[in-house]
Amino acid sequence: MRLAMTYTRLRTEERLLLDSFESIGVSIDPIDLRSVVFDPTNPGAWAEYDAVVDRSLSLTNSLTSVRILEGHGIRCVNPVRTIETCADKLLTTIALHGAGIPTPEVRVALEEESGIEAVEQIGYPAVLKPTVGSWGRLVARVNDRDAAEAIIEHRTTLGSVQQGVIYVQEHINKPGRDIRAFVVGNQVVAAIARASEHWVTNTARGASASGLTITDDLRDLGARAAQAVGADICAVDLLEDPERGLMVNEINHSMEFRNSIDTTGVNIPELVAQHVVNVCEGAVSC
Amino acid sequence: MTTTATISSNCPECDAPVSFDRPPLNGQIAHCPDCSAELEVTSREPLTLELAPEVEEDWGE
Repeated sequence: MRLAMTYTRLRTEERLLLDSFESIGVSIDPIDLRSVVFDPTNPGAWAEYDAVVDRSLSLTNSLTSVRILEGHGIRCVNPVRTIETCADKLLTTIALHGAGIPTPEVRVALEEESGIEAVEQIGYPAVLKPTVGSWGRLVARVNDRDAAEAIIEHRTTLGSVQQGVIYVQEHINKPGRDIRAFVVGNQVVAAIARASEHWVTNTARGASASGLTITDDLRDLGARAAQAVGADICAVDLLEDPERGLMVNEINHSMEFRNSIDTTGVNIPELVAQHVVNVCEGAVSC
Repeated sequence: MTTTATISSNCPECDAPVSFDRPPLNGQIAHCPDCSAELEVTSREPLTLELAPEVEEDWGE
């Protein structure tokens, strides 16, 4: 079996993954995407790989490389469909809704005026998010019409064309935390609660993580959400609505897990490595 | 063959030694123990460290 792991920066996660493959006796070639020249019509040396694990920090680099590699018929983890869906909050919403998975209500508009109407339809407070973005960047809670007008004007005037897509999400009155479920091979293998005094509960924004017991609801929703986006491996972010219970907020296709191994007691990278091996051996499909 | 030689280079920000307990890979991220600068391995032979780039718009999970 020959495996490769593509990356743009080798963080702790990537190093842990490489070590995990080694510990289960599988060799994997780390490939820095920045040094690669692809031929979209000829796989060349890539044809020797049974699977490629994408760990690029850059979404653009992930999409570009995995599109080409899948075009060559190489199994990528995650598949490009998963990356595309998870990277775009609108596509995620559509996929979750299509699979009947509870998710916060959303409105989308393409112009400033209709954007404000979208916020009014959702009601205050509402959450404005860029459709493409991570780590909680540019996520804004708007408490009134004045704030909505200001933020939408800034987005449409100062942002890229993509920022002109106004994605408005219902604000969930969560209990000071959100939940992250780590899914490997369609099973929730670990979960953490991310708590913060700030309403944004990304650990990249300073939230603290603690291990969480996997309830039946969490197990079911996490697995269904991963299936809805066709993910081999992903982190499903969930919110707890006081009345409606668990709702899936977002899904991350290239999850970070360095701070979740000790807090959960689960060797997430080793489970990931084993799953990739199982995929290659045809023991599981996605 | 194992080696006990220290694998290290100097921080491009403060010149403090930054050591690795095993050979780093290209693109590997390290932190300077003195000034906490985020560094990136840009060459293995010779071992070269540069300041890691700022977060870009499309970086994430």
